[in-house]
Formats: sequence, structure tokens, C-alpha cells
Amino acid sequence: MENHFEDVTGVRASLSDVNYLADDGIAGIVYLAERLGKPILVEGPAGTGKTQLAKSVAEMTDARLIRLQCYEGLDESKALYEWNYKKQLLRIQAEGAGDWNEIEDDIFSEDFLLTRPLLEAIRAEDRVVLLIDEVDRVEVETEALLLEILSDYQVSIPELGTVEANQVPLVFLTSNATRELSEALKRRCLYLYIDYPDLEREREIVLSKVPEIDENLADQVARIVRSIRQLDLKKSPSVSETLDWARTLVLLGISKVDADTATETVNILLKYRTDIEKAIKEFADSPDGLSDEEE
Amino acid sequence: MTVTEPELENSPLLELLGGFIIELREAGLPVSLTENLDAMEAVTHIPLEDRESFKYALGATLVKNHTHWKAFEVVFEVYFSMRGEEYIIGSEAEGEFSGEDQEGDESALPGQGQPQGGGGGMQSLTPEQLAEMLFKALLNGDMAMLSALARQAVLRFAGMEPGRPVGGTYYLYRTLRNLDLDGVLEKLMEETKSQTSQPMSQFEERLERDEFLDRIEKLKAEVEAEIRRRLVADRGVEAMARTLRKPLPEDVDFMHASREEMSELRKAIYPLTRKLAVRLARKRRHGRKGPLDFRNTIRHSLSYGGVPAEPKFRFPRPAKPEIMVVADISGSVASFARFTLHLVYAISNQFSKVRSFVFIDGLDEVTRFFEGVEDIGEAVHRVNTEADVVWVDGHSDYGHAFDVFWEKFGRDLNPKTTVLILGDARNNYHASQAWIIQEMKKKARKVYWLNPEPRAYWDTGDSIVGEYTTHTDGCYEVRNLRQLESFVEKLV
Repeated sequence: MENHFEDVTGVRASLSDVNYLADDGIAGIVYLAERLGKPILVEGPAGTGKTQLAKSVAEMTDARLIRLQCYEGLDESKALYEWNYKKQLLRIQAEGAGDWNEIEDDIFSEDFLLTRPLLEAIRAEDRVVLLIDEVDRVEVETEALLLEILSDYQVSIPELGTVEANQVPLVFLTSNATRELSEALKRRCLYLYIDYPDLEREREIVLSKVPEIDENLADQVARIVRSIRQLDLKKSPSVSETLDWARTLVLLGISKVDADTATETVNILLKYRTDIEKAIKEFADSPDGLSDEEE
Repeated sequence: MTVTEPELENSPLLELLGGFIIELREAGLPVSLTENLDAMEAVTHIPLEDRESFKYALGATLVKNHTHWKAFEVVFEVYFSMRGEEYIIGSEAEGEFSGEDQEGDESALPGQGQPQGGGGGMQSLTPEQLAEMLFKALLNGDMAMLSALARQAVLRFAGMEPGRPVGGTYYLYRTLRNLDLDGVLEKLMEETKSQTSQPMSQFEERLERDEFLDRIEKLKAEVEAEIRRRLVADRGVEAMARTLRKPLPEDVDFMHASREEMSELRKAIYPLTRKLAVRLARKRRHGRKGPLDFRNTIRHSLSYGGVPAEPKFRFPRPAKPEIMVVADISGSVASFARFTLHLVYAISNQFSKVRSFVFIDGLDEVTRFFEGVEDIGEAVHRVNTEADVVWVDGHSDYGHAFDVFWEKFGRDLNPKTTVLILGDARNNYHASQAWIIQEMKKKARKVYWLNPEPRAYWDTGDSIVGEYTTHTDGCYEVRNLRQLESFVEKLV
């Protein structure tokens, strides 16, 4: 297969062209995934850009994004392929009294096959990026469906034989880590953990995604978010929430965040009542907090 | 920079990688053979000089669980970080520590505008000057300068001697004590305050402080890395990897966890409880079928002309146990009790009722702290500060605690109750009152004892765990999260 990426810095640069600011780890692993022809399993807290990474890579390589959203109860017929029963039935009826063997061969041919995302990605002629989203939502047993496609890039259909990939697609699996994925799945993937970005990267993200914001405010936003993430919260603010907050501040025409503004708008960053209370207390209480530390 | 001829440089690299992977396995990371091969292939695509990418490439192929990343980083640093040109340590050339800082400083400080400059580097600075430079670097967030200063500080204050069998923590402590970072932080805050024209609000001050704390953390990390680097140069890679090995969070011993490990543990417990809860809920839902539903079967048999062709089963409704947790929260075992309470409450929907009691030499019911609270961590904290558990002197007295429990709450035990007793049974030679446990067992469904001490220490000194556990349904050694998780799963 042809390699699209020259080196790690190249990946990083092209990702930032499509407005995705990757750090060294992310760029390095995307590069490696293409070189090794392996899927990437992306884990991390919600809202740190796991799904966006797949979308951005698709955009950057000019590939079609095929997405499989996982949920509990997902099965073969939704993930891989299904026979078009109605059409098969019609075919049988239309033929009337024909030769049965002939009909059987006929109705189990590709014309009667409904492709679902995984098979579609395998059969695609053009370049595709396959995104298997929130893979931790399926049961452990269903994970087995993915194994063949992830390791050999092929799908076996009993009636048709094995469908092999025309080209090795870049595969992303995302997980919010609500459960431990099976060893077999992990073994087949490269593992990438996307954590909350550090201060500089978050500021850059804010600047690039909210262009109308001025630099000082972006810096302040990133700092406040960092301080909030250090609190012991049920759910720390995600990058997308940071962006929402930054947009809100811009819309409200605020150029400098003080304790009052922060208190009034913190419900954009935090979604649990206890978390909000904690943050507000933290904003207001800092004199006490400080004197405690000094003692 | 290119890797066009991997064969040429392969063999030493692969050898190194082999040792690296063995060390990872020793540290407890599950590295499979395929992952090993992937790693070997991966490194041929990434130049060794690009250290960060190299690290991530190895990480992506070898570490498939984020909580293991820390352990991986340490091993990586020991094996690879010291191999770059800029880290060449003089000990090979000079045979002692004094020579290498010059090379180090020069390469780290190209044109930093050093007052002295030249070969002497920072060595000729007085401690005051050094402190001043550190202060400025922290104030301006000058990372290159900070890492140079970190090296200098280690050189000056750690007092490292080749071959001395002392761990890195000792040197770290010595270095940091001399830097007086808390004092520096206060000075930094004052400096910032005096620089701004209008007085800062508390809110701004807090943000500034967080920024400085962040920089100081980075400095500490640099110091730690430098100490490690020197230790590795002194003692060799394998030996150092062994001493620096950090237990994975799930293997950290509750009773001997350092403060840092404790906070790691606290972070680890949230995802752990969530996973456990999901798993238990699924188990419940997908459990096997229940007993035959006779009525339903007969009703469906009507459509088959009275032949019971389609047997119907009841939905399984396994009884949810009632849990009573009785925990010793005296100093040595407090953290263990904390984690267990946390875990039990986090999955409390798996039980029909959870009641908790804590004791030292007196006993208090603490169920009220957990009622209607969203934040279990907060509730556990309140248990530790507000519960009334001291009767005489605040030294563990299991006998008296059980006395009180039996007298006040003994009648609440019923055949549905499972009692968990947490503690090391170090009774300070008080009366054991083991008969209470015996009585409890008669009334309750099960009585389990969880002991955070290693099994080898049981019944030594003032530990009388054996005396109690002859009357229980089982006594488990629960020293780390892994053991705790497997016990709780068994319980449900």
C-alpha cells in the first residue's frame, strides 16, 4: 500500500491544516498506524477529540469516513452484512418453478447482499477511514465480530466466501473505557490515550476553533479550565466544553474573566450540580484556601 | 535520521528492546508476543533520535492500559532516555560525577546569557545566585533554564556518591529541601503582586498560583529525572530498573502507599468502581434462566393442544444481600477502610441495603454520611473527620468496639445480612471478645474478615486475627485494589 505520510512532523502539520492540533503522541501513532497497517484504539475521557481525530484524518487524507456507532445489542446484521430477504423472496417467486440449484446460487450472490459499515469499508474501491465509535458499548462477545476485520482486513461470508480488502483502510476504534476491552481486541490495535490537553495546546485549540477570541482571553480560559480540572470532580470539563465556554464569553462580549463572570458561566463547563458548587466555592473561597496553605 | 537500513543498527537496538520488554513484564505489564513483535517493527519506522515519538511508538504497541503508562514511562526512561548524545555522563571518561555537568550545562544552555558562561558553567555560582536564577526562571517560565538548574541542583545538593546503596527518593528529598520551593512559591506570588499595577483579585491570584505550581511540578520532575539518570549511570540499567520499578496502581499496597501513590489510587478507584458496576449489572441481566414457571408453561401449552412444548422460565431474581461494613479506621489501616467503603457504596445498588460502622476503640454508625450524597469521596472524608470513634485513648480496641456493636446493633442482624469486618486485628492486647463474632455468625448470612496485612504477618505481635476468624466464613488478605475488586465481585 502506498504511504501517504512522510514522517511524524508531516502528519502533525497536515493535521493542523485541517484544524486538528495533535501533540507528538497523536501524530506519531497515526503515522505508525499507517506504516504498520494496524488499527488504532483511542481511549480517553469524553470530549477530548477522539472521534474528531478520525474525522480529521479522513479529511486530511481525502478519504471517505465510514462510521459504525456501537451500542449494546449490535450484531452481525447491523455491523457486517445482511441478506436482503425480501428481494430474495421476490426472486424466488418470480422464477416460479425453475431449477432450485440455480436459484439458490443466484439469491446468495452479491446482488442480494446488503453491506453494513464494516463490509462496506472492506469493499470500498476509494480510500476510506473506518471509525468504530464507542466500542466499549458492545458486549464482550460482539467484539469477536471485529477481530477478523481488524487483524486480516477481511470478512468471511459463509455463502460467498471471503471478501478481502482492496486496500488496507485506516481504522480507528474509540472507547470511553466504561469497561475493559478484551485482550484479543487490544492486542490487534495500537493504543492511543488522548488525555486533556496541556495549557499551551488547549490555548491553541481555543484560538484555532474560536477565531474571534483574542489571545489574552484564550490564555485566561485555558488557565481557568486547567485550575478547574485540578479539583476533584465527577466530570472534568472537556475540550468541547472549553470551546463552548470560550464562545459564550465572546458572545457576551467579555474580554476579561473575573470571579463573578466565572461563577455565572461555569454551568457551561460543568454539568453536575455538586461539581458546579465545588467550583463556585473554589472561586469564592480562595482567600481561605490560600491562608490555609500558608499556615 | 532515516531508518532505511534497519539491519545495520538493528541488533543492539533489538537487544536493548528485548531487555526493555522483559523489564516491563517484570513490572507487571502484560506484554504478549504479538505486541513484542509489533514493537520491534514499529521502531524500524521511527528514528531513535526522535525520542518523544519513539516513546509513543513503543507505548502504543506495548501498553494497552492507561493506568500502566506511568510504570512504562519509568522503565522507558531508564532504558532509553539516557542514551542520547546530550545525556552522555562523564563517569565513563572521568570516573566520577564532577566532570559531566560542564558538557551538560553547555549543551542545555546555548546562549542563555549566562553571567559566567564558558566551561565553569553554573558551578562557580554562589547558592544565592543560583536561587536567584531559579526564581527568575520560574517567574518567566523558562523551561530550558529550569532543566539546567535542575541538573545543577542535583549536582550540588543531592550529595550523590557512586555505589552508595540509597534510593532515588533520598536524593530527591535532599535536593528539594535545599531548594525550598514552598518559600520560592510565596516569593513568586509577592513578586507578581507587586508587578501588577492594581491589586489582584483573589481569583487572579489563584490562577497565578496554579501556574507557578505547575512550573514547580515540572522542575521537580526534571530533578527526579536527573537523579535517575545519574543513578543509572552509576549502577547500570538492569539494577536501576529493578529499584525504580513502580507498582501498578492496582498493585499498590494500601498500608504502605506513599502520598503520591495514594492520590493515584484515589484516581484509579473511580474508573474501577464504574467498570465493576457495569460488569455486575450486566451479569445480573444476562444471568442464566430461573426455575421453571409452571403456570406460564401450561398457559402456552394451550396453543399446542395441551402439550407443554415450550417450557417457560421465571426471570432470575437473585436476592440482593444486605451489607454491614464494620471498619477499623485507626491510623495504620484507615486508608484501606476508606477504599473499601468507597467501593462498597459505589456499587450499593447491587445490595438491598448498606450500613456502615467505623471504630477505633469506640464505634459509631456512619450510614448517615452516605445517604443522599452524590459524592462518595466527600462522604468518606466526613467519616474520617466527624465520626465519634474514640472511647478511651484512641488505640484500637476490637473487643470493646464489638461489644458496642453487639449491644446496639446486634438485633439488626438477620439471615440476609452479610457482615464485612475490616481491620488488621491488632488489638493492643485488649480482650478479644471473639464470642461476639461467633454470635454474629449465627444470626447473619455470612461474616467475612478482610485484612490489609500480608498473610505472613497475621497472628504475630498483637494481631489476633486468627482468634476472630475461626468464627467467620472466610478471611481474605486484601492489600491492593486488585484483591479488593476480586473480593467485592465474589461478594455480589
